[in-house]
Amino acid sequence: MSVRLIRRKIVNAVMLALTGLCTLITASTLLVILGYLVFNGASSIDWNFFTRLPLSPGETGGGMANAIVGSFQILFLAAALGIPLGVAAGIYLAEFSPNSVFSFFVRYTADLLNGVPSIVVGIVAWSVVVVPMKRFSALSGGLALAMMLIPITVRTTEQFLKDVPVSMREGALALGASRWRAVATVVVPAASAGILTGVILGVARIAGETAPLLFTALNNQFWAKGWREPIASLPVMIYTHAISPYEDWHRQAWAAGLVLLALVLFANIAARFILSRGTHAQRG
Amino acid sequence: MSAPASIGVPARKREGVFLQRLKGGDPVAHAIAWLAAASVLLLTVLLVAELWSQSATARHAFGFGFLWSTDWDPNARKFGALPFIYGTLVTSALALLISVPLGVGAAVFLSELARPKVSVVLTFLVELLAAVPSVIFGLLAIFTLVPLVRDVIGPALDKISDVFPFFAGPAYGVGLLTAGIILAVMTFPFVISISREALLAVPREQREAALSLGATKWEATWDAVIPFARLGILGSIFLSLARALGETMAVTMVIGNDPKIASSLLAPGYTIASVIANEFTEATGDLHLSSLILLLLALFLITIVINAGARLLILATTRQGSAK
Repeated sequence: MSVRLIRRKIVNAVMLALTGLCTLITASTLLVILGYLVFNGASSIDWNFFTRLPLSPGETGGGMANAIVGSFQILFLAAALGIPLGVAAGIYLAEFSPNSVFSFFVRYTADLLNGVPSIVVGIVAWSVVVVPMKRFSALSGGLALAMMLIPITVRTTEQFLKDVPVSMREGALALGASRWRAVATVVVPAASAGILTGVILGVARIAGETAPLLFTALNNQFWAKGWREPIASLPVMIYTHAISPYEDWHRQAWAAGLVLLALVLFANIAARFILSRGTHAQRG
Repeated sequence: MSAPASIGVPARKREGVFLQRLKGGDPVAHAIAWLAAASVLLLTVLLVAELWSQSATARHAFGFGFLWSTDWDPNARKFGALPFIYGTLVTSALALLISVPLGVGAAVFLSELARPKVSVVLTFLVELLAAVPSVIFGLLAIFTLVPLVRDVIGPALDKISDVFPFFAGPAYGVGLLTAGIILAVMTFPFVISISREALLAVPREQREAALSLGATKWEATWDAVIPFARLGILGSIFLSLARALGETMAVTMVIGNDPKIASSLLAPGYTIASVIANEFTEATGDLHLSSLILLLLALFLITIVINAGARLLILATTRQGSAK
């Protein structure tokens, strides 16, 4: 074996090891994060965390019941606004007019909105809703998150509708169905697993957003009395508790972080599960 | 894809076809879907218009001088963007310096060198990492990374500061370096997943030809595969840059919030996104508010340009690959 060949083999082995090390470091990060959160947060999660209101600094105990409910309220509002709009726009792009100039611009601006830093969306929601209403509110928070959810939903819906074979559309149209019926009863159901996956991933992504809520939903130490009141949410609570100087608030922040991460990861894994089952059903 | 709607309808009077289509609900459904699509356009226009009009006061007061003025003193009504632009660029550059070699290395391993089963599991872990909310990275960084930089990394780097002057000075824990590290962790999932896609889009024949000529696995990857995917890898770097520039929460929690242009990476700094997060709800007066929004407008313009570039690059590679 020549020296040259030995050198080449050594380079091969070294690069395999180096890139493997890169992979090990990056892939293990999630496990480190999860482990550390469980280590710090698990002991603070008790019945009180889910049922009590936060206490003022200095007192020990209390919970984040209002933030958990608040997060779901804001997400509900964002989903109720964002999902129908996003899915309908996705249907338009994929089914009604895929090649028009208008659709090109819609696609382009959806991608643009997807790339906009979330804090920009927060300021725009502030300027459109908070300024005219002269108050921070759950409503503006939901609207800010809806603005982030719409572009995600549009693009994933379009993507999965495009994967539906053209023969299925033609089959429905040949049986005398109108365009709309073909879309509603044949094309969309065929892509439903994919669309559902996209929607779940989108909601999971906005569930952890903090920056858009800072100037819209703000925060609240108590229960919000309605949609026009400032409202607490888990991400904002984690932020305010983490940067506070109080020991007991840090403990609560860890617990809230663990709950939020568990919800987000669960949604992500569930979405993938639905997608893999959905595609199997289509193939089988 | 765009088959005519009247495909199953025998030739009739046009009016009849129209009535039948109306009964089927076509025009209504079409109109509703069009409205939804138009709302996406409207949202974007609204976004730009609001940023433009809300920043008017500051634009008129400072003009382009805003971008290179270094004073930020709300009490004296002096507002300049340079410390924030500096902080944003330095932290993002640091992040890429760490995340690009790590991320591209991992992407090469996952797509070329690892066994498929191992690759699937590890890719899944990396993609889940991309789903972790930024505030959780911030929470972890405050309680782990900040003490680590203050007590271990900072003093160690200070010892080599004769050679690398940008590591000089005391480490507070919070600062540009800490923000850069946490941004690196937040961006490498994007580098990995998009670089990996670009690498997977390289035609099989490239690898097979190189291997059949006697190349080692690494030589085939380095000489035949990576050159083919380099535009896509570049795109993933651009995309990560755009994310790093606009990242708010994690950075705000560890940057130190000091609007100074420090020569040391261990010193506290400030970024565009974090000054807005911190000062917006407590802004003193219209000019302060308007200056913050002008900062945001600058950030917005930079990120959309970088994003557009990234998308073009990614599109160029994946097209090139799938065309073969």
